[in-house]
Amino acid sequence: MKTVYERPKCLKDRHFHYCPGCGHGVIHKLIAEIIDELGIQDRTVGVAPVGCAVFAYWYYDVDFSQAAHGRAPAVATGIKRAKPDSIVFSYQGDGDLAAIGTAEIIHAANRGENITVIFVNNAIYGMTGGQMAPTTLVGQKASTAPYGRNPENEGYPIKVCELLSTLRGTTYLERTAITTPGSIIQTKKAIKKAFQNQLDGKGFSLVEVLSQCPTNWGMKPTDGTKFIKEQMMPVFPLGVYKDLSDEKGGSK
Amino acid sequence: MAKEFIKGNEAIGKAAILAGLDCYFGYPITPQSELPEYLAAEMPKVGKTFLQAESEVAAINMVYGAAGTGIRVMTSSSSPGVSLKLEGISYIAGAELPCVVVNVQRGGPGLGNIAPEQGDYFQATKGGGHGNYRLIVLAPDSGQEMADFTMLAFDLAEKYRNPVMLLADGYLGQMKEAVEFKKPERKTPANDWTIGNKLGKANVITSIDIEPEKLEKHNLNLLAKYNKIKENEVRFEEFMTDDCELFVVAYGITSRVVRSAVELAREKGIKVGMLRPQTLFPFPKDIINKLSEKTKKVLVCELSTGQMVEDVQLSSAPGTDVYFYGRCGGMVPTDIELVEQIEKILEGKGEIFK
Amino acid sequence: MAKIKIAEEFCKECGLCVEACPKKILEISNRLNTKGYKVVQITDMDSCIGCGACAKVCPDIVISVYKD
Repeated sequence: MKTVYERPKCLKDRHFHYCPGCGHGVIHKLIAEIIDELGIQDRTVGVAPVGCAVFAYWYYDVDFSQAAHGRAPAVATGIKRAKPDSIVFSYQGDGDLAAIGTAEIIHAANRGENITVIFVNNAIYGMTGGQMAPTTLVGQKASTAPYGRNPENEGYPIKVCELLSTLRGTTYLERTAITTPGSIIQTKKAIKKAFQNQLDGKGFSLVEVLSQCPTNWGMKPTDGTKFIKEQMMPVFPLGVYKDLSDEKGGSK
Repeated sequence: MAKEFIKGNEAIGKAAILAGLDCYFGYPITPQSELPEYLAAEMPKVGKTFLQAESEVAAINMVYGAAGTGIRVMTSSSSPGVSLKLEGISYIAGAELPCVVVNVQRGGPGLGNIAPEQGDYFQATKGGGHGNYRLIVLAPDSGQEMADFTMLAFDLAEKYRNPVMLLADGYLGQMKEAVEFKKPERKTPANDWTIGNKLGKANVITSIDIEPEKLEKHNLNLLAKYNKIKENEVRFEEFMTDDCELFVVAYGITSRVVRSAVELAREKGIKVGMLRPQTLFPFPKDIINKLSEKTKKVLVCELSTGQMVEDVQLSSAPGTDVYFYGRCGGMVPTDIELVEQIEKILEGKGEIFK
Repeated sequence: MAKIKIAEEFCKECGLCVEACPKKILEISNRLNTKGYKVVQITDMDSCIGCGACAKVCPDIVISVYKD
């Protein structure tokens, strides 16, 4: 019998600490599959900042650097500048990337840093227990927005792909979701392209993945996927927001 | 090698390149900007990486990333900028990464001004960032030591896998002096712990330990390291202390003025000497204890309202009167001003530091 | 012919695979794993077409899929 699916080689045989139905597990698998398929396990360096996925290094059989909250793009820049032939990816949540780390992501993108950023947008702070994030939807409840996010007081959800697409330095930006097998296939395609761009020296690639946080959303995982489709996608439309992958020669 | 007439900030840059600096990440701030400017011009010539970051916070985290790969990496800033780097420095110390952080001090607190000061002694030697960590802190007093201590800083950083701070000030940064750049001989440290070197070991650079037993054990390992540093790396200079009845403790630019004051006082027959710490951590407490045992009197001079003086109090022999004289905000004492302080103390009219 | 293998200890009873299976042959059982989750089980292995949808949506690599 042929194997249709088995544990990716570069994922250690360990339980994920993530909650039932959490999107991190799915995204971790996709990245691991890609590392196996591209044969870059010994060159890959992951950067995991503070957030539920700070422990990603427990699971990947690759080099890792655990970064301070919000600083992964800077840490990734340091690693990439020090070791240009390593394949560096940063794995960040929405609080990390779009709140405390906004400057770092904008400037790494603007420099066209030749790194791959996986941005997990689940519209909440997971690790700290469900606080409002920069991508929390208007009206969505969070422990620090108990009456629902009110734009007059907390502003509107930040659209990262759109924001970064205005920066000349970015090469590839796509927003996907992991709500269905089909969307997972699309997410993998996008992430693989983001890694391939780095391999080809084409500069900054970021994939924003709409993901769910059942525990802090207070939903069953199967309802979480509905919430993404019905509530999040209208605010965060899926699609490619920039793709210069073909035009950019391998400069970096 | 012939001597070169060079600005202190640039002397750090040249020495760092000679020491094999691979990556520099910095951010503009007076009075240290000549260093990144120098490196921006010189590093590409030797095929090395210079990058101006978007903030001091980003710069120190770039240092954290690069240091994890085992290369030689440095950043520099001045007082307020160093405050922004402290979380990153704590991470670097926790993850036990070698790097060099330069602080060309300026007036504080807050925005303060761009004039020189020594108000960051506590920040440098007592942590500043969170957690039980220490920085090795070197205190140059001249263009020559700005160069020599930069090279030393890289060696110590690798020897102990610890961040090392070069604590200078606006004068030392801006002053031009004759400097001889020595040819450093580099030991190649082990890199089996590093990332990005295709070792196939899935190494992890981290400072997190969620299990209390493990984090305590890690902290005790760090403590053992710091104690070893205290044993092996204390550096100081004694100036005319053999027969002194009083000695002055001063570091960096202040020690230059104290040196003149000691010479002036000696001309007046006053037996005074100077003890100049070259390392602020590890602090030279044994020599201070020994000298104060003899003199029972010590004067501490700083460009601050009294920070190192507390360590001198802790180090002095029982019954020693510890006096303090400081200027700050960018003001600097003259040698004559200090001689008056020395005379007042020897006449029994000095004010003991409370 | 196709079949799946379920690493029951890794299952967290999230139910995403049950929803994703086109043949509707997965369900949450009443058996608990050591972590106290009711583990997923397959009701009719012969109907499995080896599409791998369950494995794709599973966040915890519980299910391996094989096919002729």
